[in-house]
Amino acid sequence: MNCQKCHKPATFHITDLTGDELLALHLCADCAKEYLNPEEDESQIDAPTLTNLLTKQLKLGQTAEELAELDNKECPICGITFFEFRQEGRLGCPYDYTHFADELEPLLVNVHAKIEHVGKTPKQGAYDAESQTELIRLRREMKKAIETEDYEAASKLRDQIRQIEEKG
Amino acid sequence: MLLDDLANRCGEWLRGSGPDSDIVMSSRVRLARNLADFPFIRRCTDIDRANIAATVHQRLSTIAEFNEATFFDVNDLETIDRQFLVERQLISRELADSEGARTVAIDQLENLSLMVNEEDHLRIQVMKSGFSLHEAWSQINHVDDVIEKQMTYAYHQKLGYLTACPTNVGTGMRVSVLVHLPALVLMQQIEKVFRSFQKINLAVRGLYGEGSQAMGDFFQVSNQITLGKTEEDLIKQVGDVVPALITYERKAREQLIRDNQQKLFDQVSRAYGTLQNAQQISSEETMHLLSKVRMGINLGLIGDLEIPTINKLFIHTQPAHLQKISGMALDTANRNIERANYLHTQLRRTMDN
Ligand SMILES: [Zn+2]
Ligand SMILES: [Zn+2]
Repeated sequence: MNCQKCHKPATFHITDLTGDELLALHLCADCAKEYLNPEEDESQIDAPTLTNLLTKQLKLGQTAEELAELDNKECPICGITFFEFRQEGRLGCPYDYTHFADELEPLLVNVHAKIEHVGKTPKQGAYDAESQTELIRLRREMKKAIETEDYEAASKLRDQIRQIEEKG
Repeated sequence: MLLDDLANRCGEWLRGSGPDSDIVMSSRVRLARNLADFPFIRRCTDIDRANIAATVHQRLSTIAEFNEATFFDVNDLETIDRQFLVERQLISRELADSEGARTVAIDQLENLSLMVNEEDHLRIQVMKSGFSLHEAWSQINHVDDVIEKQMTYAYHQKLGYLTACPTNVGTGMRVSVLVHLPALVLMQQIEKVFRSFQKINLAVRGLYGEGSQAMGDFFQVSNQITLGKTEEDLIKQVGDVVPALITYERKAREQLIRDNQQKLFDQVSRAYGTLQNAQQISSEETMHLLSKVRMGINLGLIGDLEIPTINKLFIHTQPAHLQKISGMALDTANRNIERANYLHTQLRRTMDN
């Protein structure tokens, strides 16, 4: 088999995500190097790919206005917008999987085929997911309060944070 | 443990022992985990990152599994030391090159490394020499259990372990084997093999050294899917193709010998001769020639050299290692000279024995 870009023998075979199907790429070492941009490592290879996938997926089903609205959708806990996720390919906090659940589902189906975890579960058992995400939100608000020099609010927030931290 | 103490040792993944280690260099399992009460790394403030690093250090340094481990503050390390850890596959390039509070804990044997504040809060990795995925999984599973008792992981009833990138969600697990396939490359059979892997959702990547050159016929085979399968399924998915891969490579080697042993012997001997006598040599050329010599040893074409020696040279001739061993900071041109010197000494010593 030859490289799809330059027709030298293909030695690299990469499964990539484009549109809503997996695409098989067959490349020679040079083209693969360029494609994968191996200056960066494994984890970063996935990012632009995800971004492409999302962009294409979204363009298919939505009008420009709907898209703009979706892009502005913001996580109440960490403050990341959907646009930022789309650009970076990285989520902002654990709660994003809940807040953007509808938008993420087709992506997860695409990448993993299945969307239910069947592996290991933490043995700790019951923990309070709500107070955990609350901590993320409170710390963010405290930082904002300090930035705007609202020290009264900041100190209240700090007390709230301590309360939750001590319980956990 | 000091970094300089590591320099003269080989590191687990190149130890060259373990089952089928002539072809399977190392087996690796990595778990991505995040703390439930912090945002993912991209949304962390400097204070968040410092908090995470401090919390992890404080909670883990007291438990038995990390008693013998050393915590390195990656931010405080010199560039060359970070590069050194990348070459040993103990940290990722991403961790080496990023900014802010980040650490790595490494155990004495260099089997276990725990990166803090990489793409996820925690990246736990266990590496074993040879084809030893089950051993790697059982060790990392235990370490994960132990860490989980100390901190609350971000976990979702339906989606499993939550990760910064949705490609890792679920098990958060990447299983990989590093294989040396020089005969399949020479016979131009490698693409056929990899094409078949792809159909079953396995990723194959070349291993890159300095200057992003594909490094000496090494390939990494790993799972792409992390959600909807158990950890044992993922181990099996990657593990199942390895015996076939070993068989293909062995057959290709036999074929090469049958077709033209003299030509093969010539190629191997020239590679060996160049390594012994070069006056200056790049990292890429070294990898390429070491790969040929390694195959030559495995085929019995070279008798006076051992696999562990060659494995050691793969890592000791890389830029940061070379500079640490020689005790000097060297630019590319001087590294090429020093590398030739080092190879000359190492390979002559073997011959004189
Ligand atoms: Zn090409
Ligand atoms: Zn969020």
